[in-house]
Amino acid sequence: MVEVPKDLKYTAEHEWVKVKGSEATYGITDYAQEELGDIVYVELPEEGDEVEKGDMIGVVESVKTVSDLFSPISGAIVKVNYDLEDAPELINEEPYDGGWIAVIEYEDEDEIDKLLSEEEYKKEIE
Amino acid sequence: MSLEFRQARYPRHLLMEEHAEERDVKDNPLPDNIARKEAPRIPDVPEYEVARHFTRLSQMNYGVDTGFYPLGSCTMKYNPKFTEMLGKESKATELHPYQPEEGIQGSLQIMYELQKMLAEIGGMAQVTLQPAAGAQGEMTGLMIVHQYHMNNGNERNEVILPDTSHGTNPASAAMLGYKTVEIPSKDGCVDLKALEQAVGEKTAAFMLTNPNTLGLFEEDVKEVADIVHEAGGLLYYDGANLNAIMGKTNPGAMNFDIMHFNLHKTFSTPHGGGGPGAGPVGVTEELRSYLPVPIVEKNHDKYYFDHSLENSIGRVKGFYGNWLVLLKTYAYIKFKGKDGLTEAAERAVLNSNYLRKLLEEHLELPYKSLRKHEFVLSGKKLKDKGLRTMDLAKRLLDHGYHAPTIYFPLIVDEALMIEPTETERKETLDGFAEAFINILNEDPEIVKNAPHNTTVRRVDETKAAKKPILSYSMREK
Repeated sequence: MVEVPKDLKYTAEHEWVKVKGSEATYGITDYAQEELGDIVYVELPEEGDEVEKGDMIGVVESVKTVSDLFSPISGAIVKVNYDLEDAPELINEEPYDGGWIAVIEYEDEDEIDKLLSEEEYKKEIE
Repeated sequence: MSLEFRQARYPRHLLMEEHAEERDVKDNPLPDNIARKEAPRIPDVPEYEVARHFTRLSQMNYGVDTGFYPLGSCTMKYNPKFTEMLGKESKATELHPYQPEEGIQGSLQIMYELQKMLAEIGGMAQVTLQPAAGAQGEMTGLMIVHQYHMNNGNERNEVILPDTSHGTNPASAAMLGYKTVEIPSKDGCVDLKALEQAVGEKTAAFMLTNPNTLGLFEEDVKEVADIVHEAGGLLYYDGANLNAIMGKTNPGAMNFDIMHFNLHKTFSTPHGGGGPGAGPVGVTEELRSYLPVPIVEKNHDKYYFDHSLENSIGRVKGFYGNWLVLLKTYAYIKFKGKDGLTEAAERAVLNSNYLRKLLEEHLELPYKSLRKHEFVLSGKKLKDKGLRTMDLAKRLLDHGYHAPTIYFPLIVDEALMIEPTETERKETLDGFAEAFINILNEDPEIVKNAPHNTTVRRVDETKAAKKPILSYSMREK
C-alpha cells in the first residue's frame, strides 16, 4: 500500500505540500514515485524564480518515462534540494522526507486551502 | 519435449582482453623519441578468433532476422535482402558527389523518380531527399514552417502537439526555439475543442501522426486541418505510421502541408544502429519553393540538380542525402508497386487487428476497438499480481519474442504497444499470443525475475541510466 501521510496537502498531479509559516515544502507522492519507477535524474527548479501555480518548474526522469514537475502553488522558490542532483533515488526511498524537491514562499492562502486533503487524495489514487 | 528458447552465452574473454600483457617493446629499433614505451592495447589473436568473436556476438543478439519483433511505433518489418544487395553494388557505391551530371544520369533518374514516387504516396507536390533521418526531416519541415511565416511577416512561435505525439516532435520544435503546447486527447484522438482553444496568432504549426500512436485513425483530421489553417498555422504530418495507410489515403488528401517519410520504417531501409538513414520531406505546391536545395529536376531527357528554389531554407545535409539508403527505398517501391504497397498496408492492419483480437480479452484495451497497424494494451491488471508491464515484456524474451514497446504512449497506464507488421505469418502471431497468454497465467515470481533464458539476465536499468559503460575503456575504469 502506498503511503499518504495525514499532515500533508496534495494535488491531483501527485504532489505533496507541507506548510510551515509562510513557506511550503513540496515533493512528489509515494504513489507518484511508485508509478514512475526508479528515478535516475531530476532537473531541479531554479532558486529565486517566481512561479505561478501549475507552472512547469522541473523534470523527473525515471527508467520508464520523463515527467514534468508542476508548481503546486504560486510564490517564490526559496530553497531547492540539491542532494537530488547526486542522489535522485532519494525520491524513491523517502518521498516525503529526503526526497523533497523545493521550498516555495507562497502568497495566496486560498491556494493552500484549495489543495487536497489526505482523504481527498486517497480517493484520487484509488 | 518442448523446445525452449535459449540464447547463446559467451564464457570467454572479450576480444579486447585477448592481448599479450607482456608483449615486449624494449627491442624496438625505432629512435627513442618515437618508440613506444608500452605495448599497444590491441587484441593479439588469430583471424579465426576474430571471426568467432563476432559470430558469437551476433548469436547473443536478437533482431528481426532471428525472430518476431513487434515493436510498436517503429514498424520493425522484415526488409528483403535484395535491397541491401543493391546498396552494395559498385555501380552505386563508387559514385563521387563531384562527378559531373552528364556521367551520373542514371542515378539522377533514380533520385528524380523517387522524389516523384514519394510525392505520390504522400499526396505532396514535391519531395526533398536530403534529410539524413526522420528527426532531421522533422527539423527540415519545421524550418520550412519558420521561413514561410517569416516571409509572410508573421512571428509565430508556438508548435502545438497532441499528448499522443512521438517524443521527437516536441524535441524538433524545441530545438528550433519553438514553444511547445501539448493538448489533451479525447477518446484517444485529437480533442477538437482543446485544439480550437490552443490555436491562435502564435500558432506556427500543429504536428500530428495519423494513425496516431494508439493505432487509431484520426477521423476528424479534416476538421483538425480546418482549425489549424483558419488560425494561419501549418499542418505537419509525422510519417512514422505511414505503413498503415499507404495506397489507401495520404497526408495530402488529409490537407497536411508538410510531411516527412521514415524510410527505415516503411520503405525497407536499415533500422537502428544510428544510420545511415534518410528522412525525405514532402510539401504542398505552395511550399515547394522553400525546400532545401538542390532537388533533382528533368529538362527534356536530361536530369540535373536544381538550385534555384526562391525561398529555399538552404542545405540541410552535405551533397544530396544518403544516396545508398535512397536507392534501397527506390528498389523496394519499384518491387512492390502501387498494389503491393497498398496490400502491405492492408496486411499490416489485418495482422494488427488479428493479434489485438487474440489478446484484448486478457489485458485491458483502452479506447475503441478497431485499430490500424498497431494497438496499445494497458498492463494495469498485472498490478493485482504484483507485476508490471516491464515484467511481462522481460518474460516474453524467454519465449523467444522481442518485447513490444512499453510505457508509450504516455497517456496509457502501463502501456504495451504492439505492431506485428505485414511481414509476419499467422503462425507467428498465434505463437506470440499463446506465449503472451501463458505468461499471464504463470507463477508471478517466475515472471518477476525474467528473463531466464537470455544471454544477459535482467539488466540494472537504473545503473545503466546513471552510470552507462559505453566503451571498453570506460569499463576498465
